[in-house]
Amino acid sequence: MNYQPSSDDFIVENPSQQTFFVNREVFVSDDVLERERRAIFDHCWIYVGHASELKNPGDFKTRPVAGRPAIFCRDRDGVVRALINCCRHRGALVCREREGNARQFYCMYHGWTYHTDGRLKSVPGADAYGGAFDNAEMGLMPVPRLEAYRDFYFANFDRAAVDLDSYLGRAKDYIDIVIDQSPSGKMQIISGTQEYDIRANWKLLVENSVDDYHLISTHSTWLNYMRNSGVNVTPPKGELLPTRGFGRDLGNGHLTTDNPNYRGRPVARWISVYGEDAKADIDAMRGELVARLGSARAARVADTNRNLCIFPNLVINDGSSVTVRHFHPIAPDRMHVIAWALGPVEETEAQRARRLHAFLTFYGPGGFATPDDVAALEAAQLGFAAWREVRWSDLSRGMGKPTDQQLATDEGHLRVFWRKWNELMEARA
Amino acid sequence: MNEVLAATVSRAEIEDLLYHEADLLDSWRLDEWLTLLTDDAAYYVPPNDKPDADARFTLFTIADDMVRLRERVIRLKDPNCHAEYPPSRTRRLIGNVRITGIDGDVICAAANFIVHRYRINDLPRVFVGHYRYKLRRQGGRLKIAERRAILDAEELGLLGSVSFIL
Repeated sequence: MNYQPSSDDFIVENPSQQTFFVNREVFVSDDVLERERRAIFDHCWIYVGHASELKNPGDFKTRPVAGRPAIFCRDRDGVVRALINCCRHRGALVCREREGNARQFYCMYHGWTYHTDGRLKSVPGADAYGGAFDNAEMGLMPVPRLEAYRDFYFANFDRAAVDLDSYLGRAKDYIDIVIDQSPSGKMQIISGTQEYDIRANWKLLVENSVDDYHLISTHSTWLNYMRNSGVNVTPPKGELLPTRGFGRDLGNGHLTTDNPNYRGRPVARWISVYGEDAKADIDAMRGELVARLGSARAARVADTNRNLCIFPNLVINDGSSVTVRHFHPIAPDRMHVIAWALGPVEETEAQRARRLHAFLTFYGPGGFATPDDVAALEAAQLGFAAWREVRWSDLSRGMGKPTDQQLATDEGHLRVFWRKWNELMEARA
Repeated sequence: MNEVLAATVSRAEIEDLLYHEADLLDSWRLDEWLTLLTDDAAYYVPPNDKPDADARFTLFTIADDMVRLRERVIRLKDPNCHAEYPPSRTRRLIGNVRITGIDGDVICAAANFIVHRYRINDLPRVFVGHYRYKLRRQGGRLKIAERRAILDAEELGLLGSVSFIL
């Protein structure tokens, strides 16, 4: 019997052979990307931003949402909005800055102005339009749906989509664990944006973000750095990770790793990298967690890591630090990544500095690990030029095991993404 | 102040240091490069959207103290540093070198840079920006106490990772 399939399907799953294959055409095809835009990005809840980014009325950020230019803003009355950044007259961007505070949005092409809630404010030479022209109809288009879960705002371009709460489902439990780091239950996006392109298909970053199988081969230099700093990163015999972690299916295509921590956490697990000075402070943070949450929940928050993927393109990595990153296809072989650090609002200066330092040990375009992930994804994308001959990516690890025994070094949680992806692509083929 | 500066350091001496540094980095003589730094040196690449920020409050691209910088050099020399193996070929052009101030025993200097970077299987990438240096004299030698590489690009975009020493 042949191990690999002969098929033109995107996904070939064979439970009796314990195999799961992804057709590499999905990483290289313009047609597939266009179908993804329509079948996935136009129907799923897509991350827009975090309420903490908009402190004051009039604050705005411009960024892509599901391929559209958008303005994420707090209007003059304090309501958070996501407006499509496109003048109703002739289409120009009405906001061309990265961020700021606006009294109104002004289109520099012909001078149409809009209130920060999107309403059309004024049109130069309005008397040239016929009687049917209606200011009330001609405001900046809002995204069709905008909903939030605990300050994380998402947009949906499908008016008929389920509400965000139902969509997130069990993923909310994992977002809650991240937020429980904060005594007040308030987290904030920390200033400083990491924004970079990867010359690879966007779906590869979903896989990579939650794939613990690659840790030892891709990130040995990071492991050396930890080891040199006195952190125990040696796996027990027969294990691929220093600890036994799991890959979890959270429903609706969402997935996460769920790992005991060995790499240290700013809240609240000390490692030698933080320095002796930090020990007492981290002990105190640990005490606060236990007092507020009880010892079991405190251990859940402080002693476990999670790399959480909210289908399709938001990842919250709660490991060495917390990163919120979303990524956007530009072309089949190129994505744009936007990432931030997230931290409790009440952190002291020393705690915040420690969190940021810990972030950079691993994450981001100058970190000790992310650049090697980027190199791996770009190497894969280059290999995919041979997709006609070498057609199948193999995601079969752990196929024979029950769901609750899928390790983070298996590929069960990656298959969760792919099954949802395939379901949505087939539903709107 | 100019007289104080003139007695302390000349622009030519700073240019010599920066050109020497550029040569060491382009040649991947990273251990020798470390000897140009003080034991408490720091190396920063601020985020593109907050070029003037402080690394204690803002997420940087790189914010290394000397401990981490030594580890970065260990990593860069390791063939398992996949982002830099095979190593990038870089060529740095340093210009517009100026002494910008003096603060106790610290000499502040600025320079512009263009770093061309070539890698197998990759697009040519050009990193453009300016350096801000803090220099201190130790044992008669001018040493680097802080180097800050500030990129002009609005975002990293196709520059991708800053995986080599910028």
